[in-house]
Amino acid sequence: MNDMNLTRRNFLKFSTSAAGGIMIGFHLPVMAEAATDGGAVEINAWLTIDPDNIVSIVTPQTEMGQGAFTAVPMMVAEELDIPWENVRHVFADANRHVNNNNLYTTTSTGGSTTVSRRHPYIMQAGASARERLRVAAANRWQVPLERVVAKQGFLTADHEEQGTIQGSYGEFAAEAAEITLEEEPAIKAYGDWWLLGKDVKRLDVPLKTNGTAIYPIDVTVPDMVHAAVQACPVPEGKLVSYDFDAVKDMPGVIAVVELEQTKDVPAFTDLRSAVAIVAESWYQAKNALAVMPIVWDNGRGASISYDSQTAEAMQLLSGPGTLLLDEDGNLGKNLDKGVNHEAVPGLIEASDRQVIGEVYSRPFETHATMMPPCAVADVKDDRVDVWTFTQDIARSLNEVADQLGRETTNVFLHQTYLGGGFGGGYNMDVHRQAAAISAAVGRPVKVIRSREEDIAQDSQRPPVWGNYKAALGEDGLPVALVTHFVGEEKMPVFSQRAVANMPYLVPNRRHEYSAVQNHIPIGYHRAPGANSNGFIVEQMVDELALAGDWDPLEWRIKMTEGNEPWQRVLMAMKEKSGWTTDMGGGEGMGCAVVESHGTIAGCVATVAVSRRGQLFVDKLQYFINSGYVIDPLVATEQAESSAIWELSHAMFGGLMLRDGRIVNTNFDSYPVMKMPDTPPEIEVHLEMSEDGWWGGLGEPAGPPTPPAVANAIFFATGNRVRSTPISKAEL
Amino acid sequence: MALTLNINGEDFEIDADPQMPLLWAIREKAGLNGTKFGCGIAQCGSCTVIVDGNAVRSCNTPVATAVGKSIRTIEGVSEGNDHPVQLAWQELTVPQCGYCQSGQIMSAVALLERNPEPSDNEIDKAMAGNVCRCGTYPRIRAAIHRAAELSKA
Repeated sequence: MNDMNLTRRNFLKFSTSAAGGIMIGFHLPVMAEAATDGGAVEINAWLTIDPDNIVSIVTPQTEMGQGAFTAVPMMVAEELDIPWENVRHVFADANRHVNNNNLYTTTSTGGSTTVSRRHPYIMQAGASARERLRVAAANRWQVPLERVVAKQGFLTADHEEQGTIQGSYGEFAAEAAEITLEEEPAIKAYGDWWLLGKDVKRLDVPLKTNGTAIYPIDVTVPDMVHAAVQACPVPEGKLVSYDFDAVKDMPGVIAVVELEQTKDVPAFTDLRSAVAIVAESWYQAKNALAVMPIVWDNGRGASISYDSQTAEAMQLLSGPGTLLLDEDGNLGKNLDKGVNHEAVPGLIEASDRQVIGEVYSRPFETHATMMPPCAVADVKDDRVDVWTFTQDIARSLNEVADQLGRETTNVFLHQTYLGGGFGGGYNMDVHRQAAAISAAVGRPVKVIRSREEDIAQDSQRPPVWGNYKAALGEDGLPVALVTHFVGEEKMPVFSQRAVANMPYLVPNRRHEYSAVQNHIPIGYHRAPGANSNGFIVEQMVDELALAGDWDPLEWRIKMTEGNEPWQRVLMAMKEKSGWTTDMGGGEGMGCAVVESHGTIAGCVATVAVSRRGQLFVDKLQYFINSGYVIDPLVATEQAESSAIWELSHAMFGGLMLRDGRIVNTNFDSYPVMKMPDTPPEIEVHLEMSEDGWWGGLGEPAGPPTPPAVANAIFFATGNRVRSTPISKAEL
Repeated sequence: MALTLNINGEDFEIDADPQMPLLWAIREKAGLNGTKFGCGIAQCGSCTVIVDGNAVRSCNTPVATAVGKSIRTIEGVSEGNDHPVQLAWQELTVPQCGYCQSGQIMSAVALLERNPEPSDNEIDKAMAGNVCRCGTYPRIRAAIHRAAELSKA
């Protein structure tokens, strides 16, 4: 055991003994090394096996409720062939990963990729361990390898003299660890699974019903102080001066720390200009910061408002945008398959069946993760320890090393559970803040952003404005289509997601984009781009269908002919949802389908609108095709979660930007969905193709939700909802 | 000033400003980290604890007002993570990120103690102050009904 282990064990003691001596007995997510105490052997970097046949499996991805901490062990256990009750899950060691050539390939946790993109090498780790156990048994028993069967934690062989002999994986772990395979085994194919594909409850559930799951905000280290931070209320603005003398005698106040921005316009994860008050208690630090006089240079953002951005967008939409091309100058994904883009505007102008769409828009939204951004840093001369809100432990470790000018070998970033992520754990500088403050005061520090500071400084989901024009043929189907979507300057790519790759077979298509000025930081936000754009594209589809006298669902079926993954979803919607466009009595059904993260997700919404214009979303039905699914229970949970996430923003969300600052401050001015608003019925149907492709499942049910609801509102009332929040629309 | 808080049946002697929110006394002074900070203005319910039988938002309750009262936090719900509400939460896999769930569970426990068989409407009303960004509301609603069943058995 080395010093690192001792320190880690101390950390666990601090975090749990402070909680009134509670001992966490269930699947304590200790570090991988700590699990080796009982003689456990590391077969490879992904797993250890102890003499009692308990297998501890490492998860490099973060756990924010989406199930990575169960999915990764499932994929390893499937190949290793070990009973699920023998599996323990452990956090990956970020320092080991970073300093060993990215040992776990990546620790990034986003884009719904943990299973869909990473399963080949994760399953390979389990398969490789299983084969080495088999070789170890064959060597010890002196039997041919093909006679050794590895199943449910035991190795079995028919021995010529001894008959059937058996031993546990634990008995062969030490020998297996020494073996190098001549050839790595192939991973199992669908159909050969015994564990994947079954409903498996997430391993972290019990820890989250008694308050013992540890989040960054719960980490306590000896001699720790607390910091409240504030950056310029107008992002990109800088600190000019502050008057610490005015607050230095307030109770508990220890120090003020200026956080210096080294780059003129910081990248999303660079430290931004800010000031921090350090105190004995976070409550004291926050109180002092609230009354400390601070002067800011607001910078260019002070002249930007949502109104000015909207006016700019409307101006841009009145003219042509930039033709969407990929990095090589070609038409983007899915646009080079016989699609003509040059003649499109002329075809529409010459048509006598034009459809000219009005402008749709979606505003900024914020993550508002239940745990406000938080980090603990303990910066010492010879080592740095950090616990932080991050969706990529390696990236954050590297950023802390960069912030402090340290070698990564001496930086230890410890994983915890996350109080939500939704993309918010990527474009974040709270770990840099904690590291810089700890270095400045020479003590460990916990930084907690107030909810107000979180909403003011978050990397927000960008707004989008879009319209279209089309020409219909004799059959009422579109023969030419131009879309123009306006995003913002920092991440204009988001304005094209789910637009350029729409699957509808319009023979002449052209997708254009533009961008408005923007100083607000932008980040990933659960199905980024698709989340806002789906609202526009899928209402456009309904408008086009109705203009051509087509049923909207039949239109989608017709326009995706031959596209099996989409057809599977659309036919299920037709057969199982009770689809009708004629409910009457103030009720309506609407449908929408959006592909994101390699998964096609369809939604059928049923709504009722009262005579006084009150909206009730009575039912949401989802039809989802991700190719394969390894855990239908968690897939269903994630669909429900994505649905409510997106419905929340469509119904109640919307950040207002005025004079460069976000006007909303907390849950009182940024309302989110609560239980009484939640649709009473949410059904999830997993319609799997099972034919060789893998889509993600953490996000895709969100994007079709707002347009399905809006299309349903149209059938209930005849009114089109062209912007959100819907709660502010006249129905 | 010196204050005595009775949390989960145990007396904690703490030194705190009487205006300090109860949340920070529970977390920083008593060292009980299961109760969470979410908004600071009683709008999200992550900080919910039970004081003399009532679910309250500890983030804007001055600590002095809790002196002499019985405070219950998530750590005091059960010894073995086996209160009917906890068992129902596990059975229906309610928590996702889990951060709001201490507050959700305390609100549910308080509800069931005064109304052992709540209707959907009564559940909605009692739980309306607890935000969950993961959107676990349908499972919470079902789990409260399930906990009511488990309590009868």
